[in-house]
Amino acid sequence: MTGNTNAGAPRTLYDKIFDAHVVDRQEDGTCILYIDRHLVHEVTSPQAFEGLRMAGRKVRRPDQTIAVPDHNVPTTADRVNGIENPEGRIQVAELDKNAREFGLNYYPMSDVRQGIVHIVGPEQGWTLPGMTVVCGDSHTATHGAFGALAHGIGTSEVEHVLATQTLIQKKSKNMKVEITGRLLPGVTAKDITLAVIGKTGTAGGTGYVIEYCGSAIRDLSMEGRMTVCNMAIEGGARAGLIAPDEKTFAYCMGRPHAPKGAAWEAAVNWWKTLFTDEGAHWDKVITIRGEDIAPVVTWGTSPEDVLPITAKVPAASDFEGGKVDAAQRSLDYMGLQPGTPLDQIKIDAVFIGSCTNGRIEDLRAAASILKGQKLAPGVRGMIVPGSGLVRAQAEEEGLDKIFTDAGFEWRLAGCSMCLGMNPDQLAPGERCAATSNRNFEGRMGRGGRTHLMSPVMAAAAGIKGHLTDVREFMAEMA
Amino acid sequence: MDKFNTLTGIAAPMPLVNIDTDMIIPKQFLKTIHRSGLGKNLFDEMRYDAQGNEVPDFILNQPAYRDSQIIVAGDNFGCGSSREHAPWALLDFGIRCVISTSFADIFFNNCFKNGILPIVMPAEIVEVLMEDARKGANARITVDLENQTVTTSDGQSFPFEVDAFRKHCLLNGLDDIGLTMEKSATIDSYEAQMAQSRPWV
Repeated sequence: MTGNTNAGAPRTLYDKIFDAHVVDRQEDGTCILYIDRHLVHEVTSPQAFEGLRMAGRKVRRPDQTIAVPDHNVPTTADRVNGIENPEGRIQVAELDKNAREFGLNYYPMSDVRQGIVHIVGPEQGWTLPGMTVVCGDSHTATHGAFGALAHGIGTSEVEHVLATQTLIQKKSKNMKVEITGRLLPGVTAKDITLAVIGKTGTAGGTGYVIEYCGSAIRDLSMEGRMTVCNMAIEGGARAGLIAPDEKTFAYCMGRPHAPKGAAWEAAVNWWKTLFTDEGAHWDKVITIRGEDIAPVVTWGTSPEDVLPITAKVPAASDFEGGKVDAAQRSLDYMGLQPGTPLDQIKIDAVFIGSCTNGRIEDLRAAASILKGQKLAPGVRGMIVPGSGLVRAQAEEEGLDKIFTDAGFEWRLAGCSMCLGMNPDQLAPGERCAATSNRNFEGRMGRGGRTHLMSPVMAAAAGIKGHLTDVREFMAEMA
Repeated sequence: MDKFNTLTGIAAPMPLVNIDTDMIIPKQFLKTIHRSGLGKNLFDEMRYDAQGNEVPDFILNQPAYRDSQIIVAGDNFGCGSSREHAPWALLDFGIRCVISTSFADIFFNNCFKNGILPIVMPAEIVEVLMEDARKGANARITVDLENQTVTTSDGQSFPFEVDAFRKHCLLNGLDDIGLTMEKSATIDSYEAQMAQSRPWV
């Protein structure tokens, strides 16, 4: 199994991880795939636990199952008094009950380690290279940054993993996304991942697992790599992967659930075999020059509606086929006129956080722009750390002071505005510069308008009061 | 899970591309801890105005389509989140089959777990079916899973592909957890082997 990774035909990183987890393979290629880590949150799990109970089944590997509430949790200090919304309260209470009854690794709302499940997993060392990681959440793709095969599953599959620690799955195809060269100043991991989706479309990755590679990817920190892989799902891919390297090992070392001593050495030895072999077959290859990527924003209601900040709002007639009607619908929903320069679009709110951009590096990047600045009059801003530990780290570095001095609210950890299942929402018509991952209609609140972008772009937009090119902002400040 | 064999029903045309899971069932309805009862909120923000009144133009509010059992959809149906509430809401409304040129991966998997058949067809055939669906309640489309065909109201028949294992589970209404648990000895031996080769897991 793990010893033969160099045997036979050249394989991709995805091939190697998949092969190492096949428990059973049928003639038609349907496999039973072993799952190393199962992350669980409160929204997509209650029906799965109920299913287990009704069938009299147990959780097969509670030691490999990690539960944390994130979608419903309020991000204000008064959450110690409980969740006001009765349905949200019940969902979180159900998770609490299920985690305790089935003996799962559990980080309740009151625990400093609580946060967004995709930030907590890596932070606690649950996510490690070469693992299979699943969660009833599409942004599970995040964990691919470690060279782990990680993807979202539905609630029936959550129940399947709870009961059997496996999934029934057929292998996807291999796609290579190479970002060559290097990124220019003001361009970030978020711009890479949005630029890729802008090029491939939201269905371009359907049926594939993507491996991101190239020097611009290698240069990214682990936080940046998580941002890139997080949005693989927005491009339709089952998962995104980045081969582990010394940066990956350094990030994992010493984390609470990472191996120690001899086990660490053995693990690193295997992890070092996790790369795509020379000559391995790719079903699709996309190459983008890092220098060609500009800071980007979305203008519409699909993550593929991406343009450089220097562009103008398109017209529906710029598109073809079914996208013409969809683009018109987006323009109407977003309240935008074709031909408007993107950097003239006024905003009402800024949201910095989410599993895409709620890590310490994202907060440092935002702080680098916000230091000594003020939010534009009439703009409200919210900064939501991805976990209690990210929050503590930011406070230790004094970032919270920079944010509050700039007029931002400094919140507790959770999914927050990224999807309005908790009190943090946009009002109808309110326009937000957001570091989250989806600009779908109604996602951040009914009628709310979302423009996706990087933390530095969102911070600069907050100061200017409109979408703006962070490179110009940086030049002005220099 | 209910078996799926053949289905003859009204098909609603929804040509919009990228119909995402947030459109199918908005986030405020994910707070339930049950699988049932989501049909009334299917496509909620498209189907009702902010006051909760039906939007008359919306396809499933039109008299001819209120009892639709099939949706013929634009490209990339079900993109976005992993929420199984999307197929639960479709099923609770009465939809048992969705036909499109492409589906998002997780949504596609979720359908099969709930007795809904998602069918991928080439664009030109989806267009024929879309036209047939536009005829309304007088035009019923027939889906035959056993023989893997879709037949329009005027008798044009088109073959489709479906994964053999998933077809077997749908035809027989099988719970795949039960099927996997029959192989628990194989999982046991995998775990024993893993404890040697990857003890840190």
